[in-house]
Amino acid sequence: MPEGVLRDDLPLPDNTELDVVRHYTRLSQRTFGIDVGFYPLGSCTMKHNPKVNDALAGVREFAELHPFTPDDLSQGALQVMYELERSFCSLFGMAAFSLNPAAGAQAELAALLIAKKYFRERGETQRDKVIVPDTAHGTNPASAAMCGFKVISLKSDARGRVDPAEIRTVVGPDTAVCMMTNPNTLGLFEERIHEIADAVHEAGGLMYYDGANANALMGNTRPGDMGFDLMHLNTHKTFTIPHGGGGAGHGPLGVAGHLVEYLPTPYVVREGDRFRLDFDRPKSIGPVRSFWSNFAHVVRALAYLYANGAEGLTKVSQYAVLNANYMRVKVAEFLETPYPEICRHEFVASAQQLKKETGVRALDIAKALLDRGYMAPTIYFPLIVPECLMIEPTETESKETLDGFVAALRDIIETAKTNPQELLDAPVTTVVGRVDETRAARQPDLRWRPPR
Amino acid sequence: MLEAIGIGSLDELLRVPDELKLRAPLDVVPALPEYQLRRRIEQIAKRDSGVDYVSFLGGGAYRHYAPSAISALAMRGEFLTAYTPYQAEVSQGYLQAIYEWQTYICLLTGMDLADASVYDGATALAESAIMAMNATGRQRFLVSRAVHPNYRAVLKTYCDGLDVAIDEAPLTDDGTTDLRVLAEMLRETQYAGVALQSPNFFGNIDTLDGEALESVHKNGAVPIGVVAEALALAALATPASWGAQIVAGEAQSFGVPIAYGGPYVGFIATTNEHMRRIPGRLVGKTVDSAGRTAYVLTLQAREQHIRRERATSNICTNQAHCALIATIYLALMGKTGLRDVAALNLERSRELATAVANAGVRLRFSAPFFNELVVDVGRPAGEVLAALRERGILGGLDLGRWYPEYSTCILMAATELTTSGEIAKLAAALQEVTRVGAGV
Repeated sequence: MPEGVLRDDLPLPDNTELDVVRHYTRLSQRTFGIDVGFYPLGSCTMKHNPKVNDALAGVREFAELHPFTPDDLSQGALQVMYELERSFCSLFGMAAFSLNPAAGAQAELAALLIAKKYFRERGETQRDKVIVPDTAHGTNPASAAMCGFKVISLKSDARGRVDPAEIRTVVGPDTAVCMMTNPNTLGLFEERIHEIADAVHEAGGLMYYDGANANALMGNTRPGDMGFDLMHLNTHKTFTIPHGGGGAGHGPLGVAGHLVEYLPTPYVVREGDRFRLDFDRPKSIGPVRSFWSNFAHVVRALAYLYANGAEGLTKVSQYAVLNANYMRVKVAEFLETPYPEICRHEFVASAQQLKKETGVRALDIAKALLDRGYMAPTIYFPLIVPECLMIEPTETESKETLDGFVAALRDIIETAKTNPQELLDAPVTTVVGRVDETRAARQPDLRWRPPR
Repeated sequence: MLEAIGIGSLDELLRVPDELKLRAPLDVVPALPEYQLRRRIEQIAKRDSGVDYVSFLGGGAYRHYAPSAISALAMRGEFLTAYTPYQAEVSQGYLQAIYEWQTYICLLTGMDLADASVYDGATALAESAIMAMNATGRQRFLVSRAVHPNYRAVLKTYCDGLDVAIDEAPLTDDGTTDLRVLAEMLRETQYAGVALQSPNFFGNIDTLDGEALESVHKNGAVPIGVVAEALALAALATPASWGAQIVAGEAQSFGVPIAYGGPYVGFIATTNEHMRRIPGRLVGKTVDSAGRTAYVLTLQAREQHIRRERATSNICTNQAHCALIATIYLALMGKTGLRDVAALNLERSRELATAVANAGVRLRFSAPFFNELVVDVGRPAGEVLAALRERGILGGLDLGRWYPEYSTCILMAATELTTSGEIAKLAAALQEVTRVGAGV
């Protein structure tokens, strides 16, 4: 090698295996996973991740297969991708799914790129607006911005839904896409979704379904039948892919028939009983990642489908909705639930009244739950509910677990009224107390530096 | 439970308008008990699999040895099933591990800070380009043709959405970026950023020299280093050393299974100047209410859940668990282990180079290379690769797939897992299939 090509020093520590094993074992003990306790995070669907999925993802023929292996020597992997895709199409009413996107947000981006290209080809480049409800997840407007779209935020009505009349006032010749989820982020079913879809389609726009809440409707209804043209799934939510501390996720992208040609490359194609990766797709938006999919997660999701079948998945959604409603009526006994009606797989409660009376906020309730061995629910989302707690139990929790959580929450609300300081000081049983986030942002210390 | 809710049956919870009812039974895979489902998927896995072929495949996904302790640790349920560490008090383990990851990436690349991961190397490049555009306000980007073709294609997908144009700097005849033409292009046009990959797609060392870096600075463009084979960072001078201000890379080589393409783990590292533009999560070190060291997600105001359409990126879920795997790999290997593995890679690729040369097949380039090299087989690469396949060998990548002028060239990788026996087998097979008059 010529002079200057090699590096002089590599300032990394050397460690023994024992030291490394102890270090990361201890770090794992300071980490709360679903395997440790109840995780009622609204919008995240923290259901049990079956261990058989991991075993199958680790099978040699999958784990050691190079992505550039020729197609005819990758038939097993391609078949897995194909089977998953076909099942998703039926479950959700779509014509095709791309398994390429690495996450839901990336699928959103790809979908918006498809919409952009679709309209460009039809000479409708004036369509530059994306409509999202004010309850939308932050990735929706962020993805729109990454495609150069302008975002129109739609106010939800008093029932927490999108009003078709309101939609009609904002759609027009500049409408590209309306991004929604159903049930919405309040856990409420949008019964008039078909009218909304009609209004958007009449104006020439496309409907996008954010699949974060797909756990609420399997075997019951399908986004395709609601009128959605594009959708994504979060398999790390609905299909038990482990969250792994923040990823890797997986965001399959589904489309209706008129948009199949635009899907990212490559797409898995079946010819007789053989499969191949199709890169020759002239209308495709192109690839969205280095290789073909988060394949290890495709295996996990397929294993989950095989464990359940159509009937099992239908029960999954039924029990997810049952558990959420049970918790909702119990929690409503002591905490304000702004939408006191049948919900789907999640519901929202508000600590606003509690805050007025006692000074205890959603944040303090969350921290107090940590002390009682529970993960806190999602807090401060969706934005339209003040001091919001969004609770999603999922179907894999027993009634005993739900009752235990409700009792803990009730106890916390009581404590707010009698001894609020205890909650403001929480958590006290965890390895660290409340963290100085202001200091972290003002004096960023984002890595260790070796001493000079 | 139904009684508590005040309803008579589950159906009451799942009412939908008539037009939304299912019209036909669902058609999904059948339900199987666990032992049958295992057998079924294992059978599918074994179907026509190339996993046992002797392999010289590289091109952005690399066969490296992952020490057993990695899966023993990373697959612990606490790590595997944890959510994003928003509740810091019960996530100190993961937060600290990511802080370590951020540190390792900085030490390897020479940068000041790194994020908690992005999807992969290709999207890391795309996100870095967006950073450069935000930093300069410019809408044009320059990338070397020696950058991984899939990375360039993904960059184009992302840039099409933002109406950003991409120019490509051409190659020299020696498989590196033509820095003189690059400098000319920089004199002509204002660019947001300039991206080079080293080692590049051909395995060659490919960086800016002093003169080219000067042109980049004069232009005001942000110099970006792309890394597809992260192990090279253990052996080669850092991207910082040749002037990169952002490094966009792929860390699959650090113990992440090759798994038919994913999940992998991308990283973005940068100088302090671009701290607030970096996408993805950042873990910071701070203290808790009692003064104890604590870790927390910080500078979240850049991210989608706070800034929504004004976020630096839409990224939410990242590749945290793969970053954990990579961090544990780096901790286990340490300085000595990484040096040793990198040296082995250099050794094996040179052994491969010698063996193919002795078999009568010439190396196409003379530029210094890391663990990948390009051979010219003198006839369509696809034919030779097919013949090698019949002999149980996946000989490499047909470069003609992306570079028409290299249609007789094969990109081959040799890592610490490549044995001398495998190299000898390849050389013998190559000799046989490429000898004058051999009808492949």
